[in-house]
Amino acid sequence: MNKQTGLQKVLMYTLLLFGVILSVGPFYWMFVSATHSSGEIFKVPPNFLPGDKLLENFRNLNESIDIASVMTNSLIITLTFTFFGVLMCTMAGYAFAKFHFKGKDAIFFMLLIAIMIPYQVTLIPLFEVFAKLNWLNTYQSVVLPQLAFPFAIFLMRQNMAALPDSLLEAARVDGAGEFKIFFTVVLPTMRPALAAVAIFLFMFQWNNFIWPLVVLNTQDMYTMPVALSSLIGMSRIDYGQVMLGTTISTLPIMIFFLLLQKQFISGILGGSVKE
Amino acid sequence: MAQLHIQSDHQNKREGTPVKPVKASSKKKWITPQNAPYLFILPAVLFYILFTLYPVISSFIMSFKTNTDGEYVFAGLANYTRLIHDPLFYKALGNTFLILIVQVPVQLFLAVLIAVALNSQLVKFKSFFRVAYFMPAITALVASSIIFMIMLDENYGLVNYLLGLVGIEKIAWLNDPFWAKVSLMMAITWRWTGYNMVIFLAGLQNIPSSLYEAASMDGASKVKQFFYITLPQLKPIFLFTFVLSTIGTLQLFDEAFILTKGGPNNSTLTITLYLYQNGFRYFDFGYASAIAYALVAIIVVLSWIQMKVAGDRK
Repeated sequence: MNKQTGLQKVLMYTLLLFGVILSVGPFYWMFVSATHSSGEIFKVPPNFLPGDKLLENFRNLNESIDIASVMTNSLIITLTFTFFGVLMCTMAGYAFAKFHFKGKDAIFFMLLIAIMIPYQVTLIPLFEVFAKLNWLNTYQSVVLPQLAFPFAIFLMRQNMAALPDSLLEAARVDGAGEFKIFFTVVLPTMRPALAAVAIFLFMFQWNNFIWPLVVLNTQDMYTMPVALSSLIGMSRIDYGQVMLGTTISTLPIMIFFLLLQKQFISGILGGSVKE
Repeated sequence: MAQLHIQSDHQNKREGTPVKPVKASSKKKWITPQNAPYLFILPAVLFYILFTLYPVISSFIMSFKTNTDGEYVFAGLANYTRLIHDPLFYKALGNTFLILIVQVPVQLFLAVLIAVALNSQLVKFKSFFRVAYFMPAITALVASSIIFMIMLDENYGLVNYLLGLVGIEKIAWLNDPFWAKVSLMMAITWRWTGYNMVIFLAGLQNIPSSLYEAASMDGASKVKQFFYITLPQLKPIFLFTFVLSTIGTLQLFDEAFILTKGGPNNSTLTITLYLYQNGFRYFDFGYASAIAYALVAIIVVLSWIQMKVAGDRK
Protein backbone atom coordinates (compact mmCIF):
# COMPACT_ATOMS: atom_id res chain seq x y z
CA MET A 1 0.00 0.00 0.00
CA ASN A 2 2.69 2.41 1.10
CA LYS A 3 4.92 1.46 -1.77
CA GLN A 4 2.08 2.02 -4.17
CA THR A 5 1.39 5.58 -2.97
CA GLY A 6 5.12 6.24 -3.15
CA LEU A 7 5.16 5.18 -6.77
CA GLN A 8 2.05 7.22 -7.48
CA LYS A 9 3.73 10.25 -5.96
CA VAL A 10 6.83 9.88 -8.09
CA LEU A 11 4.75 9.47 -11.22
CA MET A 12 2.57 12.45 -10.37
CA TYR A 13 5.47 14.77 -9.61
CA THR A 14 7.27 13.71 -12.76
CA LEU A 15 4.24 14.48 -14.90
CA LEU A 16 3.56 17.75 -13.09
CA LEU A 17 7.17 18.88 -13.43
CA PHE A 18 7.12 17.98 -17.11
CA GLY A 19 4.05 20.20 -17.40
CA VAL A 20 5.82 22.99 -15.56
CA ILE A 21 8.70 22.78 -18.06
CA LEU A 22 6.24 23.05 -20.94
CA SER A 23 4.51 25.94 -19.23
CA VAL A 24 7.52 27.97 -18.10
CA GLY A 25 10.07 26.78 -20.66
CA PRO A 26 8.99 29.21 -23.39
CA PHE A 27 9.58 32.10 -20.96
CA TYR A 28 13.10 30.86 -20.34
CA TRP A 29 13.62 30.58 -24.07
CA MET A 30 12.38 34.14 -24.48
CA PHE A 31 14.88 35.47 -21.90
CA VAL A 32 17.76 33.48 -23.32
CA SER A 33 16.99 34.50 -26.89
CA ALA A 34 16.90 38.16 -25.84
CA THR A 35 20.61 37.88 -25.07
CA HIS A 36 21.62 36.29 -28.37
CA SER A 37 21.99 37.58 -31.88
CA SER A 38 19.55 36.35 -34.49
CA GLY A 39 22.14 33.90 -35.79
CA GLU A 40 22.85 32.46 -32.37
CA ILE A 41 19.18 31.92 -31.59
CA PHE A 42 18.91 29.62 -34.57
CA LYS A 43 22.13 27.75 -33.99
CA VAL A 44 22.06 23.95 -34.02
CA PRO A 45 22.55 22.63 -31.40
CA PRO A 46 20.88 25.55 -29.63
CA ASN A 47 22.40 27.72 -26.90
CA PHE A 48 20.59 27.02 -23.67
CA LEU A 49 22.60 29.57 -21.71
CA PRO A 50 22.34 33.35 -21.91
CA GLY A 51 24.66 35.06 -24.37
CA ASP A 52 26.29 38.48 -24.40
CA LYS A 53 24.26 40.35 -27.01
CA LEU A 54 21.76 41.93 -24.63
CA LEU A 55 23.12 45.45 -25.02
CA GLU A 56 23.49 45.12 -28.76
CA ASN A 57 19.91 43.86 -29.06
CA PHE A 58 18.78 46.76 -26.90
CA ARG A 59 20.54 49.26 -29.12
CA ASN A 60 19.08 47.73 -32.27
CA LEU A 61 15.61 47.47 -30.80
CA ASN A 62 15.77 51.06 -29.65
CA GLU A 63 16.71 52.10 -33.16
CA SER A 64 13.79 50.20 -34.66
CA ILE A 65 11.01 51.12 -32.26
CA ASP A 66 12.20 53.78 -29.76
CA ILE A 67 11.56 51.74 -26.62
CA ALA A 68 11.02 54.71 -24.30
CA SER A 69 8.28 56.20 -26.45
CA VAL A 70 6.54 52.84 -26.98
CA MET A 71 6.61 52.10 -23.24
CA THR A 72 5.34 55.62 -22.49
CA ASN A 73 2.47 55.18 -24.94
CA SER A 74 1.57 51.80 -23.48
CA LEU A 75 1.73 53.10 -19.92
CA ILE A 76 -0.24 56.31 -20.53
CA ILE A 77 -2.94 54.46 -22.44
CA THR A 78 -3.17 51.56 -20.00
CA LEU A 79 -3.09 53.63 -16.81
CA THR A 80 -5.66 56.23 -17.90
CA PHE A 81 -7.86 53.44 -19.23
CA THR A 82 -7.59 51.51 -15.96
CA PHE A 83 -8.23 54.55 -13.77
CA PHE A 84 -11.32 55.81 -15.59
CA GLY A 85 -12.53 52.31 -16.37
CA VAL A 86 -12.47 51.28 -12.73
CA LEU A 87 -14.16 54.51 -11.65
CA MET A 88 -16.89 54.29 -14.27
CA CYS A 89 -17.59 50.60 -13.83
CA THR A 90 -17.54 50.83 -10.03
CA MET A 91 -20.00 53.72 -10.02
CA ALA A 92 -22.32 51.82 -12.33
CA GLY A 93 -21.93 48.57 -10.41
CA TYR A 94 -22.70 50.39 -7.17
CA ALA A 95 -25.87 51.91 -8.58
CA PHE A 96 -27.07 48.55 -9.90
CA ALA A 97 -26.35 46.79 -6.62
CA LYS A 98 -27.48 49.32 -4.06
CA PHE A 99 -30.27 51.44 -5.53
CA HIS A 100 -33.75 50.85 -6.84
CA PHE A 101 -34.62 52.95 -9.82
CA LYS A 102 -36.84 52.93 -12.83
CA GLY A 103 -35.43 51.06 -15.81
CA LYS A 104 -32.70 49.45 -13.73
CA ASP A 105 -33.22 45.90 -14.99
CA ALA A 106 -33.63 46.96 -18.61
CA ILE A 107 -30.48 49.06 -18.58
CA PHE A 108 -28.50 46.33 -16.85
CA PHE A 109 -29.68 43.76 -19.35
CA MET A 110 -28.72 46.06 -22.22
CA LEU A 111 -25.19 46.35 -20.83
CA LEU A 112 -24.87 42.62 -20.22
CA ILE A 113 -25.93 41.56 -23.68
CA ALA A 114 -22.78 43.27 -24.97
CA ILE A 115 -20.68 40.51 -23.41
CA MET A 116 -22.09 38.18 -26.05
CA ILE A 117 -21.34 40.51 -28.95
CA PRO A 118 -17.86 40.08 -30.38
CA TYR A 119 -15.77 43.18 -30.00
CA GLN A 120 -14.82 42.98 -33.68
CA VAL A 121 -18.32 44.01 -34.71
CA THR A 122 -17.64 47.51 -33.45
CA LEU A 123 -14.28 47.93 -35.21
CA ILE A 124 -15.48 49.46 -38.45
CA PRO A 125 -18.03 51.98 -37.13
CA LEU A 126 -15.61 52.98 -34.37
CA PHE A 127 -12.90 53.53 -36.94
CA GLU A 128 -15.28 55.76 -38.90
CA VAL A 129 -16.30 57.70 -35.77
CA PHE A 130 -12.70 58.40 -34.80
CA ALA A 131 -11.83 59.27 -38.39
CA LYS A 132 -14.66 61.83 -38.45
CA LEU A 133 -13.51 63.31 -35.14
CA ASN A 134 -10.00 63.47 -36.58
CA TRP A 135 -8.87 61.39 -33.62
CA LEU A 136 -7.23 58.48 -35.40
CA ASN A 137 -3.74 57.79 -34.11
CA THR A 138 -4.37 59.44 -30.72
CA TYR A 139 -4.32 58.17 -27.16
CA GLN A 140 -8.03 58.80 -26.71
CA SER A 141 -8.88 56.62 -29.71
CA VAL A 142 -7.46 53.64 -27.82
CA VAL A 143 -8.60 54.62 -24.32
CA LEU A 144 -12.21 55.65 -24.88
CA PRO A 145 -14.03 52.81 -26.67
CA GLN A 146 -14.02 50.16 -23.95
CA LEU A 147 -14.10 52.25 -20.79
CA ALA A 148 -17.63 51.10 -19.99
CA PHE A 149 -16.56 47.47 -19.78
CA PRO A 150 -19.73 45.39 -19.28
CA PHE A 151 -17.94 42.50 -17.62
CA ALA A 152 -16.32 44.86 -15.10
CA ILE A 153 -19.69 46.48 -14.32
CA PHE A 154 -21.15 43.02 -13.81
CA LEU A 155 -18.33 42.04 -11.46
CA MET A 156 -18.60 45.22 -9.43
CA ARG A 157 -22.31 44.72 -9.04
CA GLN A 158 -21.73 41.18 -7.77
CA ASN A 159 -19.09 42.37 -5.33
CA MET A 160 -21.17 45.31 -4.12
CA ALA A 161 -23.88 42.93 -2.98
CA ALA A 162 -21.69 42.12 0.02
CA LEU A 163 -21.53 45.79 1.06
CA PRO A 164 -23.75 46.23 4.14
CA ASP A 165 -26.66 48.65 3.61
CA SER A 166 -26.36 49.78 7.22
CA LEU A 167 -23.02 51.39 6.39
CA LEU A 168 -24.60 53.51 3.68
CA GLU A 169 -27.61 54.38 5.79
CA ALA A 170 -25.41 55.47 8.68
CA ALA A 171 -23.53 57.82 6.38
CA ARG A 172 -26.80 59.22 5.01
CA VAL A 173 -28.06 59.84 8.51
CA ASP A 174 -24.86 61.76 9.19
CA GLY A 175 -25.83 63.99 6.31
CA ALA A 176 -23.22 62.87 3.83
CA GLY A 177 -24.05 63.44 0.16
CA GLU A 178 -24.36 60.51 -2.23
CA PHE A 179 -21.06 61.15 -3.96
CA LYS A 180 -19.29 61.70 -0.67
CA ILE A 181 -20.64 58.34 0.49
CA PHE A 182 -19.39 56.72 -2.69
CA PHE A 183 -15.88 58.10 -2.37
CA THR A 184 -15.41 57.91 1.41
CA VAL A 185 -17.45 54.84 2.36
CA VAL A 186 -17.96 52.62 -0.67
CA LEU A 187 -14.57 52.83 -2.37
CA PRO A 188 -12.44 52.22 0.73
CA THR A 189 -14.48 49.16 1.78
CA MET A 190 -14.40 47.69 -1.72
CA ARG A 191 -10.61 47.78 -2.08
CA PRO A 192 -10.04 44.06 -2.86
CA ALA A 193 -12.72 44.08 -5.56
CA LEU A 194 -11.32 47.31 -6.99
CA ALA A 195 -7.87 45.74 -7.16
CA ALA A 196 -9.22 42.70 -9.01
CA VAL A 197 -11.12 44.81 -11.54
CA ALA A 198 -8.14 47.15 -11.95
CA ILE A 199 -5.85 44.22 -12.75
CA PHE A 200 -8.41 42.82 -15.16
CA LEU A 201 -8.73 46.11 -17.05
CA PHE A 202 -4.99 46.77 -16.93
CA MET A 203 -4.17 43.41 -18.45
CA PHE A 204 -6.86 43.80 -21.07
CA GLN A 205 -5.47 47.12 -22.27
CA TRP A 206 -1.77 46.30 -21.88
CA ASN A 207 -2.21 43.28 -24.14
CA ASN A 208 -4.89 44.82 -26.38
CA PHE A 209 -3.96 44.33 -30.01
CA ILE A 210 -6.51 44.44 -32.79
CA TRP A 211 -8.02 47.88 -32.06
CA PRO A 212 -4.69 49.69 -31.45
CA LEU A 213 -3.44 47.98 -34.62
CA VAL A 214 -6.35 49.51 -36.51
CA VAL A 215 -6.21 53.07 -35.13
CA LEU A 216 -2.53 53.67 -34.40
CA ASN A 217 -0.63 54.17 -37.62
CA THR A 218 2.57 56.02 -36.91
CA GLN A 219 5.46 54.52 -35.02
CA ASP A 220 5.62 57.27 -32.40
CA MET A 221 2.10 56.29 -31.26
CA TYR A 222 2.54 52.50 -31.19
CA THR A 223 1.81 50.53 -28.04
CA MET A 224 3.99 47.57 -27.14
CA PRO A 225 1.98 44.81 -28.91
CA VAL A 226 1.62 46.91 -32.08
CA ALA A 227 5.33 47.76 -32.05
CA LEU A 228 6.20 44.08 -31.64
CA SER A 229 3.98 43.09 -34.52
CA SER A 230 5.62 45.79 -36.69
CA LEU A 231 9.00 44.15 -36.02
CA ILE A 232 7.64 40.84 -37.25
CA GLY A 233 6.31 42.52 -40.37
CA MET A 234 9.76 43.67 -41.49
CA SER A 235 11.34 41.97 -44.48
CA ARG A 236 14.43 40.95 -42.51
CA ILE A 237 13.47 40.00 -38.99
CA ASP A 238 16.13 40.40 -36.32
CA TYR A 239 14.94 37.87 -33.77
CA GLY A 240 17.35 38.99 -31.05
CA GLN A 241 15.64 42.39 -31.06
CA VAL A 242 12.19 40.89 -31.28
CA MET A 243 12.78 38.59 -28.33
CA LEU A 244 14.15 41.45 -26.26
CA GLY A 245 11.05 43.48 -27.13
CA THR A 246 8.84 40.57 -26.11
CA THR A 247 10.81 40.28 -22.86
CA ILE A 248 10.45 43.99 -22.13
CA SER A 249 6.70 43.85 -22.61
CA THR A 250 6.30 40.70 -20.51
CA LEU A 251 8.78 41.14 -17.67
CA PRO A 252 7.07 43.98 -15.72
CA ILE A 253 3.78 42.07 -15.74
CA MET A 254 5.57 38.91 -14.67
CA ILE A 255 7.17 40.64 -11.68
CA PHE A 256 3.83 42.09 -10.60
CA PHE A 257 2.29 38.68 -10.98
CA LEU A 258 4.90 36.99 -8.81
CA LEU A 259 4.49 39.67 -6.13
CA LEU A 260 0.71 39.70 -6.11
CA GLN A 261 -0.19 36.18 -7.22
CA LYS A 262 -3.57 35.93 -5.52
CA GLN A 263 -4.85 39.33 -6.62
CA PHE A 264 -3.53 38.72 -10.10
CA ILE A 265 -5.16 35.36 -10.56
CA SER A 266 -8.52 36.56 -9.29
CA GLY A 267 -8.09 39.76 -11.32
CA ILE A 268 -7.33 38.06 -14.61
CA LEU A 269 -10.13 35.60 -14.07
CA GLY A 270 -12.29 38.67 -13.52
CA GLY A 271 -13.10 37.69 -9.96
CA SER A 272 -15.03 34.70 -11.27
CA VAL A 273 -13.01 32.57 -8.89
CA LYS A 274 -13.35 33.24 -5.20
CA GLU A 275 -10.89 31.96 -2.66
CA MET B 1 -33.09 42.67 11.87
CA ALA B 2 -34.81 45.23 14.06
CA GLN B 3 -32.02 47.67 13.45
CA LEU B 4 -32.39 47.35 9.71
CA HIS B 5 -36.08 48.01 10.03
CA ILE B 6 -35.56 51.21 11.95
CA GLN B 7 -33.09 52.40 9.39
CA SER B 8 -35.32 51.84 6.43
CA ASP B 9 -38.06 53.61 8.32
CA HIS B 10 -35.74 56.51 8.77
CA GLN B 11 -35.15 56.77 5.09
CA ASN B 12 -38.85 56.81 4.34
CA LYS B 13 -39.28 59.77 6.61
CA ARG B 14 -36.45 61.51 4.90
CA GLU B 15 -38.05 61.04 1.58
CA GLY B 16 -41.44 62.18 2.74
CA THR B 17 -40.63 65.31 4.64
CA PRO B 18 -38.50 68.29 3.76
CA VAL B 19 -37.02 68.37 7.24
CA LYS B 20 -33.63 66.70 7.18
CA PRO B 21 -32.48 64.84 10.28
CA VAL B 22 -29.18 66.65 10.27
CA LYS B 23 -28.97 70.33 9.46
CA ALA B 24 -25.23 70.24 8.93
CA SER B 25 -25.46 72.13 5.69
CA SER B 26 -28.10 74.68 4.94
CA LYS B 27 -27.58 74.07 1.20
CA LYS B 28 -30.36 72.23 -0.49
CA LYS B 29 -29.09 68.88 -1.72
CA TRP B 30 -29.34 68.56 -5.47
CA ILE B 31 -28.23 64.97 -5.39
CA THR B 32 -30.70 62.76 -3.58
CA PRO B 33 -30.84 58.99 -3.11
CA GLN B 34 -33.53 59.07 -5.80
CA ASN B 35 -31.55 60.67 -8.60
CA ALA B 36 -28.10 59.53 -7.48
CA PRO B 37 -28.24 56.11 -9.21
CA TYR B 38 -28.87 57.80 -12.56
CA LEU B 39 -25.85 60.00 -12.04
CA PHE B 40 -23.76 56.98 -11.08
CA ILE B 41 -24.66 55.02 -14.20
CA LEU B 42 -24.61 58.04 -16.50
CA PRO B 43 -20.93 57.90 -17.58
CA ALA B 44 -21.01 54.16 -18.21
CA VAL B 45 -24.31 54.30 -20.09
CA LEU B 46 -23.18 57.29 -22.15
CA PHE B 47 -19.93 55.59 -23.15
CA TYR B 48 -21.78 52.36 -23.79
CA ILE B 49 -24.21 54.06 -26.15
CA LEU B 50 -21.47 55.96 -27.98
CA PHE B 51 -18.86 53.23 -28.31
CA THR B 52 -20.79 49.97 -28.21
CA LEU B 53 -24.48 50.36 -28.96
CA TYR B 54 -24.06 52.87 -31.78
CA PRO B 55 -21.28 50.88 -33.51
CA VAL B 56 -23.23 47.62 -33.15
CA ILE B 57 -26.28 49.14 -34.85
CA SER B 58 -24.26 51.09 -37.38
CA SER B 59 -22.33 47.98 -38.32
CA PHE B 60 -25.60 46.13 -38.87
CA ILE B 61 -26.79 48.85 -41.26
CA MET B 62 -23.39 48.95 -42.92
CA SER B 63 -23.65 45.23 -43.64
CA PHE B 64 -26.43 46.06 -46.14
CA LYS B 65 -24.38 48.67 -47.98
CA THR B 66 -21.71 48.41 -50.62
CA ASN B 67 -19.12 50.87 -51.76
CA THR B 68 -20.16 52.35 -55.08
CA ASP B 69 -17.87 55.04 -56.47
CA GLY B 70 -16.54 55.93 -53.04
CA GLU B 71 -19.91 56.09 -51.33
CA TYR B 72 -21.72 53.48 -49.32
CA VAL B 73 -25.20 52.87 -50.71
CA PHE B 74 -27.87 50.37 -49.77
CA ALA B 75 -27.54 47.16 -51.68
CA GLY B 76 -29.99 44.92 -49.88
CA LEU B 77 -28.57 41.51 -49.14
CA ALA B 78 -25.70 41.82 -51.61
CA ASN B 79 -22.99 41.39 -48.95
CA TYR B 80 -24.71 38.38 -47.45
CA THR B 81 -25.25 36.77 -50.84
CA ARG B 82 -21.60 37.29 -51.57
CA LEU B 83 -20.76 35.79 -48.19
CA ILE B 84 -22.62 32.54 -48.78
CA HIS B 85 -20.87 32.14 -52.12
CA ASP B 86 -17.42 33.05 -50.85
CA PRO B 87 -15.10 30.03 -50.67
CA LEU B 88 -12.62 31.97 -48.51
CA PHE B 89 -15.29 32.68 -45.95
CA TYR B 90 -16.08 28.96 -45.78
CA LYS B 91 -12.39 28.26 -45.44
CA ALA B 92 -12.14 30.71 -42.53
CA LEU B 93 -15.26 29.22 -40.99
CA GLY B 94 -13.94 25.68 -41.41
CA ASN B 95 -10.53 26.52 -39.94
CA THR B 96 -12.06 28.29 -36.98
CA PHE B 97 -14.45 25.42 -36.26
CA LEU B 98 -11.73 22.81 -36.64
CA ILE B 99 -9.64 24.64 -34.07
CA LEU B 100 -12.70 24.94 -31.86
CA ILE B 101 -13.61 21.26 -32.05
CA VAL B 102 -10.09 19.95 -31.51
CA GLN B 103 -8.42 22.55 -29.33
CA VAL B 104 -11.13 23.43 -26.80
CA PRO B 105 -11.75 19.84 -25.58
CA VAL B 106 -8.02 19.08 -25.44
CA GLN B 107 -7.34 22.22 -23.47
CA LEU B 108 -10.20 21.68 -21.02
CA PHE B 109 -9.22 18.03 -20.56
CA LEU B 110 -5.64 19.01 -19.74
CA ALA B 111 -6.88 21.74 -17.43
CA VAL B 112 -9.09 19.33 -15.47
CA LEU B 113 -6.31 16.76 -15.30
CA ILE B 114 -3.81 19.21 -13.84
CA ALA B 115 -6.42 20.67 -11.49
CA VAL B 116 -7.32 17.22 -10.14
CA ALA B 117 -3.64 16.39 -9.67
CA LEU B 118 -2.99 19.65 -7.82
CA ASN B 119 -6.06 19.10 -5.68
CA SER B 120 -4.88 15.66 -4.64
CA GLN B 121 -3.53 15.21 -1.14
CA LEU B 122 -0.46 13.52 -2.57
CA VAL B 123 0.87 16.73 -4.07
CA LYS B 124 2.67 19.41 -2.09
CA PHE B 125 3.97 22.78 -3.30
CA LYS B 126 0.51 23.51 -4.69
CA SER B 127 1.02 27.26 -4.91
CA PHE B 128 4.28 26.82 -6.80
CA PHE B 129 2.57 24.61 -9.38
CA ARG B 130 -0.39 26.92 -9.60
CA VAL B 131 1.79 29.94 -10.33
CA ALA B 132 3.92 28.01 -12.83
CA TYR B 133 0.90 26.76 -14.76
CA PHE B 134 -0.88 30.09 -14.65
CA MET B 135 2.13 32.07 -15.88
CA PRO B 136 1.36 31.86 -19.63
CA ALA B 137 -2.01 33.54 -18.99
CA ILE B 138 -0.30 36.84 -18.19
CA THR B 139 1.46 37.17 -21.54
CA ALA B 140 0.19 39.25 -24.40
CA LEU B 141 -1.14 37.03 -27.18
CA VAL B 142 1.22 38.89 -29.48
CA ALA B 143 4.15 37.97 -27.23
CA SER B 144 3.21 34.31 -26.90
CA SER B 145 2.73 34.07 -30.67
CA ILE B 146 6.20 35.52 -31.27
CA ILE B 147 7.79 33.10 -28.81
CA PHE B 148 6.14 30.18 -30.59
CA MET B 149 7.23 31.58 -33.91
CA ILE B 150 10.92 31.21 -33.09
CA MET B 151 10.52 27.90 -31.28
CA LEU B 152 8.68 26.37 -34.23
CA ASP B 153 11.11 27.41 -36.95
CA GLU B 154 11.44 24.46 -39.29
CA ASN B 155 15.21 24.30 -39.67
CA TYR B 156 16.60 25.97 -36.61
CA GLY B 157 13.78 26.00 -34.04
CA LEU B 158 14.05 24.56 -30.57
CA VAL B 159 11.06 22.23 -30.96
CA ASN B 160 12.40 20.45 -34.01
CA TYR B 161 15.81 20.20 -32.39
CA LEU B 162 14.33 18.52 -29.29
CA LEU B 163 12.20 16.23 -31.43
CA GLY B 164 15.32 15.37 -33.40
CA LEU B 165 16.95 14.16 -30.19
CA VAL B 166 14.29 11.46 -29.90
CA GLY B 167 14.56 10.62 -33.57
CA ILE B 168 11.58 12.50 -34.97
CA GLU B 169 12.16 14.11 -38.33
CA LYS B 170 11.83 17.85 -38.88
CA ILE B 171 8.26 19.08 -39.03
CA ALA B 172 7.36 22.05 -41.22
CA TRP B 173 5.35 23.60 -38.39
CA LEU B 174 4.49 26.95 -39.92
CA ASN B 175 4.83 26.09 -43.60
CA ASP B 176 2.52 23.13 -43.93
CA PRO B 177 -1.28 23.62 -43.98
CA PHE B 178 -1.87 20.80 -41.49
CA TRP B 179 0.98 21.59 -39.10
CA ALA B 180 0.26 25.31 -39.19
CA LYS B 181 -3.13 24.57 -37.64
CA VAL B 182 -1.47 22.33 -35.08
CA SER B 183 1.01 25.13 -34.28
CA LEU B 184 -1.83 27.56 -33.73
CA MET B 185 -3.57 25.08 -31.44
CA MET B 186 -0.38 24.50 -29.47
CA ALA B 187 0.12 28.23 -28.94
CA ILE B 188 -3.47 28.65 -27.78
CA THR B 189 -3.29 25.61 -25.51
CA TRP B 190 -0.10 26.90 -23.95
CA ARG B 191 -1.65 30.31 -23.33
CA TRP B 192 -4.99 29.18 -21.85
CA THR B 193 -4.64 25.78 -20.14
CA GLY B 194 -3.37 27.21 -16.85
CA TYR B 195 -6.07 29.86 -16.91
CA ASN B 196 -8.79 27.23 -17.14
CA MET B 197 -6.96 24.98 -14.69
CA VAL B 198 -7.21 27.63 -11.97
CA ILE B 199 -10.95 27.91 -12.56
CA PHE B 200 -11.33 24.13 -12.27
CA LEU B 201 -9.13 24.06 -9.18
CA ALA B 202 -11.38 26.58 -7.44
CA GLY B 203 -14.36 24.45 -8.44
CA LEU B 204 -12.76 21.30 -7.06
CA GLN B 205 -12.05 23.00 -3.77
CA ASN B 206 -15.74 23.83 -3.47
CA ILE B 207 -16.85 20.20 -3.67
CA PRO B 208 -17.80 19.16 -0.13
CA SER B 209 -15.37 16.54 1.18
CA SER B 210 -18.28 14.74 2.84
CA LEU B 211 -19.30 13.46 -0.61
CA TYR B 212 -15.96 11.68 -1.02
CA GLU B 213 -15.99 10.39 2.54
CA ALA B 214 -19.41 8.83 2.04
CA ALA B 215 -18.32 7.27 -1.26
CA SER B 216 -15.16 5.87 0.32
CA MET B 217 -17.22 4.28 3.06
CA ASP B 218 -19.40 2.67 0.42
CA GLY B 219 -16.21 1.28 -1.09
CA ALA B 220 -16.17 3.33 -4.28
CA SER B 221 -12.75 3.43 -5.95
CA LYS B 222 -10.92 6.67 -6.67
CA VAL B 223 -11.64 6.30 -10.37
CA LYS B 224 -15.33 5.80 -9.69
CA GLN B 225 -15.35 8.77 -7.36
CA PHE B 226 -13.81 10.87 -10.12
CA PHE B 227 -16.52 9.92 -12.62
CA TYR B 228 -19.49 9.91 -10.24
CA ILE B 229 -18.65 12.80 -7.93
CA THR B 230 -15.93 15.05 -9.31
CA LEU B 231 -17.10 15.37 -12.91
CA PRO B 232 -20.82 15.93 -12.16
CA GLN B 233 -19.94 18.47 -9.47
CA LEU B 234 -17.76 20.35 -11.93
CA LYS B 235 -20.53 20.61 -14.50
CA PRO B 236 -21.27 24.32 -14.06
CA ILE B 237 -17.54 25.06 -14.32
CA PHE B 238 -17.32 23.00 -17.48
CA LEU B 239 -20.16 25.00 -18.96
CA PHE B 240 -18.55 28.29 -17.93
CA THR B 241 -15.11 27.46 -19.34
CA PHE B 242 -16.59 25.87 -22.44
CA VAL B 243 -18.69 28.92 -23.31
CA LEU B 244 -15.74 31.21 -22.59
CA SER B 245 -13.31 29.15 -24.69
CA THR B 246 -15.81 28.85 -27.51
CA ILE B 247 -16.37 32.59 -27.72
CA GLY B 248 -12.62 33.18 -27.45
CA THR B 249 -11.79 30.72 -30.22
CA LEU B 250 -14.47 32.09 -32.53
CA GLN B 251 -12.84 35.50 -32.16
CA LEU B 252 -9.34 34.12 -32.71
CA PHE B 253 -7.17 36.83 -34.22
CA ASP B 254 -3.86 37.76 -32.57
CA GLU B 255 -2.25 34.32 -32.84
CA ALA B 256 -3.32 33.75 -36.42
CA PHE B 257 -2.21 37.27 -37.38
CA ILE B 258 1.28 36.96 -35.87
CA LEU B 259 2.18 33.28 -35.81
CA THR B 260 0.93 32.00 -39.14
CA LYS B 261 -0.39 35.18 -40.82
CA GLY B 262 -3.37 33.12 -41.92
CA GLY B 263 -1.17 30.93 -44.10
CA PRO B 264 0.15 28.89 -45.66
CA ASN B 265 -2.41 29.12 -48.41
CA ASN B 266 -5.12 30.41 -46.01
CA SER B 267 -4.96 27.21 -43.97
CA THR B 268 -5.06 29.24 -40.74
CA LEU B 269 -7.33 32.04 -41.94
CA THR B 270 -9.84 32.67 -39.14
CA ILE B 271 -13.17 34.50 -39.28
CA THR B 272 -11.83 37.55 -37.47
CA LEU B 273 -8.67 37.62 -39.56
CA TYR B 274 -10.80 37.55 -42.71
CA LEU B 275 -12.93 40.36 -41.26
CA TYR B 276 -9.79 42.40 -40.57
CA GLN B 277 -8.41 41.81 -44.06
CA ASN B 278 -11.63 42.90 -45.72
CA GLY B 279 -12.10 45.89 -43.45
CA PHE B 280 -8.62 47.29 -43.10
CA ARG B 281 -6.65 45.92 -46.00
CA TYR B 282 -9.25 46.13 -48.77
CA PHE B 283 -11.33 48.77 -46.95
CA ASP B 284 -14.55 47.01 -47.86
CA PHE B 285 -16.46 48.05 -44.75
CA GLY B 286 -19.81 46.69 -45.95
CA TYR B 287 -18.53 43.20 -46.54
CA ALA B 288 -16.48 43.20 -43.34
CA SER B 289 -19.62 44.18 -41.41
CA ALA B 290 -21.52 41.28 -42.93
CA ILE B 291 -18.73 38.94 -41.78
CA ALA B 292 -18.97 40.48 -38.31
CA TYR B 293 -22.69 39.79 -38.19
CA ALA B 294 -22.22 36.24 -39.39
CA LEU B 295 -19.90 35.87 -36.39
CA VAL B 296 -22.51 37.34 -34.05
CA ALA B 297 -25.10 34.89 -35.35
CA ILE B 298 -22.74 31.95 -34.84
CA ILE B 299 -21.83 32.98 -31.31
CA VAL B 300 -25.45 33.53 -30.31
CA VAL B 301 -26.56 30.18 -31.74
CA LEU B 302 -23.65 28.23 -30.22
CA SER B 303 -24.02 29.82 -26.79
CA TRP B 304 -27.72 29.10 -26.89
CA ILE B 305 -27.11 25.45 -27.80
CA GLN B 306 -24.53 25.07 -25.05
CA MET B 307 -26.84 26.53 -22.43
CA LYS B 308 -29.69 24.39 -23.70
CA VAL B 309 -27.66 21.18 -23.64
CA ALA B 310 -26.43 21.97 -20.16
CA GLY B 311 -29.92 22.82 -18.99
CA ASP B 312 -31.59 19.72 -20.42
CA ARG B 313 -29.10 17.36 -18.87
CA LYS B 314 -30.08 18.45 -15.38
